[in-house]
Amino acid sequence: MSKKQHYAITVNGKEEEFLAEPRELLIYTLRERLNITGPHIGCETSHCGACTVTIDGKSVKACTMFVAQANGKDITTIEGIGGPDDLHPLQEAFKEHHGLQCGYCTPGMITRATKLLEENPNPTEEDIRFGMAGNICRCTGYQNIVKSIQAAAAEMNAAKEAAE
Amino acid sequence: MKDEVTREERVDNLKGMGCSRKRVEDARFTQGKGNYVDDVKLDGMLFGDFVRSPYAHARIKSIDTAAALEVPGVLAVLTAADLEPLGLHWMPTLAGDKQMVLADGKVLFQGQEVAFVVAEDRYAAADGIELVEVEYEELPVLVDPFEALKSDVVLREDTVDENGKATDGAHGPRKHPNHIFTWDAGDKEPTEEVIANADVVAEESMYYHRTHPCPLETCGCVASMDKVNGKLTLWGTFQAPHAIRTIVSLISGLEEHNIRVISPDIGGGFGNKVGAYPGYVCSVVASIVTGKPVKWIEDRMDNLMTTAFARDYWMKGKISATPEGKITGLHCHVTADHGGFDACADPTKFPAGFMNICTGSYDIPTAYLEVDGVYTNKAPGGVSYRCSFRVTEAVYFIERMIEVLAIKLDMDAAELRRINFIKKEQFPYTAALGWEYDSGDYHTAWDKALKAVDYDGLRAEQAQRVEDFKAGKTRKLMGIGLSFFTEIVGAGPVKNCDILGLGMFDSCEIRIHPTGSAIARLGTISQGQGHATTFAQILASEIGLPADSITIEEGDTDTAPYGLGTYGSRSTPVAGAATAMAGRKIRAKAQMIAAYLLEVHDDDVEFDVDRFVVKGAPEKFKTMKEIAFAAYNQAIPGIEPGLEAVSYYDPPNMTYPFGAYVCVMDIDVDTGVPDIRRFYALDDCGTRINPMIIEGQVHGGLTEALAVALGQEIAYDDMGNCKTGTLMDFFLPTAWEVPNYETDFTVTPSPHHPIGAKGVGESPHVGGVPCFSNAVQDAFRPFGNMHTNMPHDHWRIWKTANDLGLHG
Repeated sequence: MSKKQHYAITVNGKEEEFLAEPRELLIYTLRERLNITGPHIGCETSHCGACTVTIDGKSVKACTMFVAQANGKDITTIEGIGGPDDLHPLQEAFKEHHGLQCGYCTPGMITRATKLLEENPNPTEEDIRFGMAGNICRCTGYQNIVKSIQAAAAEMNAAKEAAE
Repeated sequence: MKDEVTREERVDNLKGMGCSRKRVEDARFTQGKGNYVDDVKLDGMLFGDFVRSPYAHARIKSIDTAAALEVPGVLAVLTAADLEPLGLHWMPTLAGDKQMVLADGKVLFQGQEVAFVVAEDRYAAADGIELVEVEYEELPVLVDPFEALKSDVVLREDTVDENGKATDGAHGPRKHPNHIFTWDAGDKEPTEEVIANADVVAEESMYYHRTHPCPLETCGCVASMDKVNGKLTLWGTFQAPHAIRTIVSLISGLEEHNIRVISPDIGGGFGNKVGAYPGYVCSVVASIVTGKPVKWIEDRMDNLMTTAFARDYWMKGKISATPEGKITGLHCHVTADHGGFDACADPTKFPAGFMNICTGSYDIPTAYLEVDGVYTNKAPGGVSYRCSFRVTEAVYFIERMIEVLAIKLDMDAAELRRINFIKKEQFPYTAALGWEYDSGDYHTAWDKALKAVDYDGLRAEQAQRVEDFKAGKTRKLMGIGLSFFTEIVGAGPVKNCDILGLGMFDSCEIRIHPTGSAIARLGTISQGQGHATTFAQILASEIGLPADSITIEEGDTDTAPYGLGTYGSRSTPVAGAATAMAGRKIRAKAQMIAAYLLEVHDDDVEFDVDRFVVKGAPEKFKTMKEIAFAAYNQAIPGIEPGLEAVSYYDPPNMTYPFGAYVCVMDIDVDTGVPDIRRFYALDDCGTRINPMIIEGQVHGGLTEALAVALGQEIAYDDMGNCKTGTLMDFFLPTAWEVPNYETDFTVTPSPHHPIGAKGVGESPHVGGVPCFSNAVQDAFRPFGNMHTNMPHDHWRIWKTANDLGLHG
């Protein structure tokens, strides 16, 4: 056990300040301290990606980052990506194309996919399979996840074009 | 009243059976609003976690908890000594054996639960665990079941009498103190005679390795004892919540009405979440002791090392045939490694599950199966990983034996299958090992599959490839994997299927609301299968209310009718049938109400999509919505108000889905890397409720099959150390390794199921494993390969090539 420290992080646009032990893993800070339960825990070794969040513009596995390392950072979780009134195209596409089954990997999967499409708005199937390889799904066999991401990319590109 | 929509539109509006209705579950899951057990948070909730044994076999000399109890935040440390006065230091297993909840004097596998630390949060619990001092005395370790059957080392002291002689187990006499049971099916002597006198006999030994279902969410629970009202609420990752309630009642002594079990959203099960685990018992006890809610959640290592392994079958087969390839007999012996406790999740009368479906899809006149269960120093489990009770092992066995026989006969393996299939006109077909197959049309499915992949073209390409390889033009071989499987699912008829005496029926209760919407509750629980979507579709077609107006609820034992849960592809065959039958009860009452409202005799109205119409006068009708309102709000002579029904369905038989799979693979002989070029899967699951969900199940099941066939295993070293306790070592395929699959279907409805459905969730796993494995082995067939054991990881494939002299 170690002494509690003061930390401040921004999660989904909201500033949070609290005392915590530096060894606390970010995933527990989110889930247990801040009640943000969208990101899940699947392995605690960075393999499965169920805990994926976005930190300062990069996909990060929150199960292997200490809260101390997240101090001062800007974090987005699935809850900040879209809600009932403003669904993200990826959220729509996963439902439309049966891109999920048990739903456990889905928040991390969609959170990762938002970054993938930011990095590469026109990914090939190979790009998607490579770019999503850090997120494990035990249910779908990925085929419909790939399809969902392709559909969302097309939708987002069409919307962008219409806006221009 | 004018009917403004067409009949076709009325059918579409229902979103009933046969349409690819989008899933109602997805809104919450895609927005991070699922509610899994680790999301449950209660006031004052504590966290419990285990001190686990580092040794696979050791005596416990002492446990010192003093230092752990000094850790700030640690409230209690439970050991077997604390549980013993309650009679809870051991618990019954589903297989009729018993299992230590906390180590009672010794440990039998690495990772076994030794003490339970209860603390204010998981960090304090982890700190406490570090400081529990356990003194162990190492004992000789047995990791090989054949060795265990010869050894003087007795693993379980409760298997011998005071003279050291093996006592009877739950399934009869033991041959040795480390022997659990012998179970057999079929005719021994006639089979041996047929094989002894046969023209052609192929023999093979194969090891179906130990693996693990590894759902992305591990197992866990939250136990909350309300001492004021005497009520225990238990949230958990339970595939069978009602059975868990009964088991908790039986072992704790709490009355069943005082126990409420809730399975919230479950992050995948695949069999891992059927069993009862020490974590559940310890959480309940800790909650009773502390008066506070206690949460226990496995980490991944706990999950892989301790709860619910699958497979671990050493199978020895003999298959005999005429020179033309007609199979005359099949003999199978299995040595089954059950680990330290027999905790297999099978119907109680079937200690080897439905392994006796191992005659597969073939008309084999004589067969015999014998299974010996053995204790070793490995984790207990023996669950059905995405299959119905050992069906995966059975199908792997027969589909490998067919390939081996084809080599022996120098025949094409597709043709060998074709000439031995049970013919359409032979159904219902009683197999040599006892099961009555309800329906099938194997030849049609097989022909469709072979045509779809241009089988003859593939074989020609493969022959050319072998020539090119021999000529040094390529280093890649081509394998064509075939598999034709028959599953046996939907356990099951209460006359022969029960778990610890609990009959394996299932149930549905429907309540129609006055405005024409409804809630239905079932005894099952979805873990990703989409029950809330598909069961509403069954009901929509049966009762004529839109699926979108029907809420499906499962998993709360205080509200749902009793049922045995979801595993073994039983939800659609059993609870799906109950749903249809309950719907028909609703419809029967609705018919009387409609007739009254239309002022005609009951027999003069008939059901049409979403309404009852007067026969011969379709302009005179009452919609189900109107009928629902009248059921509650109109005084109808002789009919009590309300519109509700419940059905408990005891299936007359199992269902027998089948399928034809083909895999085409290129294998680099120098790296051992397989490249899956094509995978075609034809499934016949009878009536199709939601094609989109069926396809999703097939994709997922095939991917789990790929994992098992090509790399996934739970491996131990000679000291009983589990070598595959993290996702670094335990293979879960990513999007990068997985191919696209082609899906196809035929429809042969089950004759005894109310809607003709058979279940599909596990078929692709059952049929997929032999298909991937056969593809690897087929690539090496031209070079003399008969059989190599799974998992075919890169190293093992390279080794096969090397052993066959293909590296020059």
